[in-house]
Amino acid sequence: MTNIVSRITSPERRSFLVSTSAAAGGLALGMVLPFGNEAQAAERANYSSDTTLLGKTPGNEVTAWVFIKPDDTVVIRIARSEMGQGTMTGLAQLVAEELDCDWAKVTTEFPTPGQNLARNRPWKDFFTAGSRGIRASNEFVRQGGATARMMLVQAAAEKWKVPVAECSAASSVITHGPSGRKISYGKVAAAAAKIEPPKEVKLKDSKDWKIAGKPLKRLDTAPKTNGTLTYSIDVKLPGMLCAAIRDCPVFGGTVKSFDAAKAEKMRGVKKVVQVGKSAVAVVADHWWEAKVACDAVTIDWDLGPNANVSSASIAAILKEGLDASTNTYVGNENGDAKAAIAKGVKKVEAVYAFPYQHHATMEPMNATALWTADRCEVWTATQDGEVALAATSESSGHPLPKCDVHKLPLGGGFGRRTTHDFVIQAVGIAKQMPGVPVKLIWSREEDMTHGRYHPTTQCKMTGSFDENNNLTGLHMRISGQSIIAFVAPHNLVNGKDPFTFQGLNAAGAEGVFGYTVPNLLIDHAMRNPHIPPHFWRGVNNNQNSLYLESFMDELALSVNQDPLEFRRKLLKDHPKHLAVLNAVAERAGWGKPAPEGVFRGLSQHMGYGSYVAACAEVSVSKEGALKIHRIVAATDCGYAVNPAQIERQIAGSFAYGLSAMLFGECTVKDGAIEQKNFDTYRVMRINEMPKVEAIVMPSGGFWGGVGEPTIFVAAPAVLNAIAAATGKRIRQLPIKDQDLRKA
Amino acid sequence: MTRLNVNGTSHDIDVADDTPLLWAIREWIGLTGTKYGCGVAQCGACTVHIDGQPVRSCLYPAVAAVGKKVVTIEGLAPKGKMHPVQKAWVEGDVPQCGYCQSGMIMAVAALLKTKPKPTDADIDSAITNICRCGTYQQIRAAVHAAAGNA
Repeated sequence: MTNIVSRITSPERRSFLVSTSAAAGGLALGMVLPFGNEAQAAERANYSSDTTLLGKTPGNEVTAWVFIKPDDTVVIRIARSEMGQGTMTGLAQLVAEELDCDWAKVTTEFPTPGQNLARNRPWKDFFTAGSRGIRASNEFVRQGGATARMMLVQAAAEKWKVPVAECSAASSVITHGPSGRKISYGKVAAAAAKIEPPKEVKLKDSKDWKIAGKPLKRLDTAPKTNGTLTYSIDVKLPGMLCAAIRDCPVFGGTVKSFDAAKAEKMRGVKKVVQVGKSAVAVVADHWWEAKVACDAVTIDWDLGPNANVSSASIAAILKEGLDASTNTYVGNENGDAKAAIAKGVKKVEAVYAFPYQHHATMEPMNATALWTADRCEVWTATQDGEVALAATSESSGHPLPKCDVHKLPLGGGFGRRTTHDFVIQAVGIAKQMPGVPVKLIWSREEDMTHGRYHPTTQCKMTGSFDENNNLTGLHMRISGQSIIAFVAPHNLVNGKDPFTFQGLNAAGAEGVFGYTVPNLLIDHAMRNPHIPPHFWRGVNNNQNSLYLESFMDELALSVNQDPLEFRRKLLKDHPKHLAVLNAVAERAGWGKPAPEGVFRGLSQHMGYGSYVAACAEVSVSKEGALKIHRIVAATDCGYAVNPAQIERQIAGSFAYGLSAMLFGECTVKDGAIEQKNFDTYRVMRINEMPKVEAIVMPSGGFWGGVGEPTIFVAAPAVLNAIAAATGKRIRQLPIKDQDLRKA
Repeated sequence: MTRLNVNGTSHDIDVADDTPLLWAIREWIGLTGTKYGCGVAQCGACTVHIDGQPVRSCLYPAVAAVGKKVVTIEGLAPKGKMHPVQKAWVEGDVPQCGYCQSGMIMAVAALLKTKPKPTDADIDSAITNICRCGTYQQIRAAVHAAAGNA
């Protein structure tokens, strides 16, 4: 418990609190410090941290979302982070759609979280996780575009002294119907910016979309092909130094003492500093020099209370939870599952396990910080600029209005960059080098051993049938780690982590359990090892879907029923779940012969507001070599803002989810993570990538996410296909060391 | 001083003998299109051409490149022009986060020099770079497109 207490009191934990409140819809930042007063705003405006074009280039901000230059260039402000998922382009499409502007003249810029606070949060929250980028902000960004259009049209009408109703806008041009006069947005933007924004704004029906809903190309591709895009790791500031760091290999350990005598004399080294309680960093002219010297520092660690923890000891704790009655919480229940199972004519039981996994973003964690006696600025890749700002403020000792965070494009996020341990470290180093910008880069080894990991769980599934082979009861007992207990314990509900039950809920818009079972019990025995868990693309849906969808196949096969027909019967009350499943079954040719040696597997799940299903086709050689040939995947995300980018998210989700299924495992020895680089933490390469056929089938009426949902169904569909091919049921990830030869 | 020829320009830089070419390019010469991903030649984000051959620069000592011609993503095509691979990447809307793509493009450009019309099997064996966003499907299509254009 002391370990948990020490985590709660760390600055990082406090920044988590802000993060989680933001995620829950009520932002805690406003309570931390006052902001938005005029003096502070004026001070901010004079400071170099303004990254928007406002005041720097001719043009006018019509609404917070829309800045228009005299040459008709439309600069759309994007609050959410761009980490490859295409949110930036999608959000720009939504604003541009309502603005009725010329898409060819659209560019984007990222306001800073400091600007957001100073202006009383016109861009609302910056949180970019949970597949929320578009679904959680579509309404107000569209309003930002529509409001600007109305103001521009009104400005033109006033200029021409004609009724607004006689004017219309299209492709950045306003036309006065009766006279045929035309004027472009750039020419009326200055006047429009002075108009009081309309109170009532009507948004378009999606069937009238011309820019949104179209498979447009991304806005940020060219600089990603010629080396000119500046990522966080590429930041260069005048006089900047670089830092490498070594944190205690065991989470919860600290630095007892260190000897830097050798390192301090090494080439390029400027300073060796302790960072917080648990790390030592070397600051040098170049990162390579810092890294070589950092390796040469002798550190005496106090490894703390977790130095004897191993994968085996963690697995034993989780195993105990499979049948335990203490520290357990019910997530979804109807009827009496235990009684039904006791009375069942046939009973099926299986135990599954899911390991720790690392995010392994291509760009290792890094941040550049500049600390002076009265300000602190950070340049970094973050999935939540405002939480990064809170972390900067806390660790710098300066109030929020004296800090800012410059958001750079992310070389991958996957949830890892919703927490800011690396920002806190960078500021901690910069604070010891006043006035000097310092860029901290984690080596890949540091990154992999100091991650925030996909939580580990085990699961006991038990099902029962009556004499007519009807499923009468289902008990799903999850045992293992709670993310919320670590990152935001105040969000536990009487000790329960509701987030554990992602995709297993009885109701709600996030993730509903699709099967109707007369007696159902889904519960969680919370068991929290010391390895820090975190949101990892797909999060708890990943294991929940794996356990459930694997077991649905086990149940079906136990009573000699077709897995598709078995699911169809149980999904009858959830037509949207059923629709995506039917779509993949039909496209894949379920029920029709597969190519020789090829076997199929199905899965479906709902999460982050979207319905997803997959059908995998695999073969397994006599020697046990697996080949994943083809995947058909369907997504119903309600509205599809950019179908081409959704297809890419679907395909990419298989690369990510199947990498985890095939290879993804972080093991623990002596309290530390053993895997240090891509040689021991393998991920999928192009030769292992199956052909993915995406079916984007938005049914309208709701907004679901697309960055994560497909991950849920990736592994179970393949595992079900492997079982069909071999008769072997894989119940533990990853499968890399398991014998797949025919049973 | 170590004299390196990078993208046709000569640079005299003061690096230690153990400095990898990657960091010499990024930090001493200042070209940041070449990325650090793993430092152990696993991911390929640091791929450059040395005398026309694709090399993972994170394990290649800078001093070993003396007297050779180093080409980075910034120098793949003459200024203002696009290499057929870059063109195919833009037309195919390939990158997601984009961090691995410099290395991918360099690896593919080198492949097309030796195999102008690569098969899927050629791609599988030659392109071993890692992409965590999972753009592999778009990469494969773009390699074929670039081969058709080249």
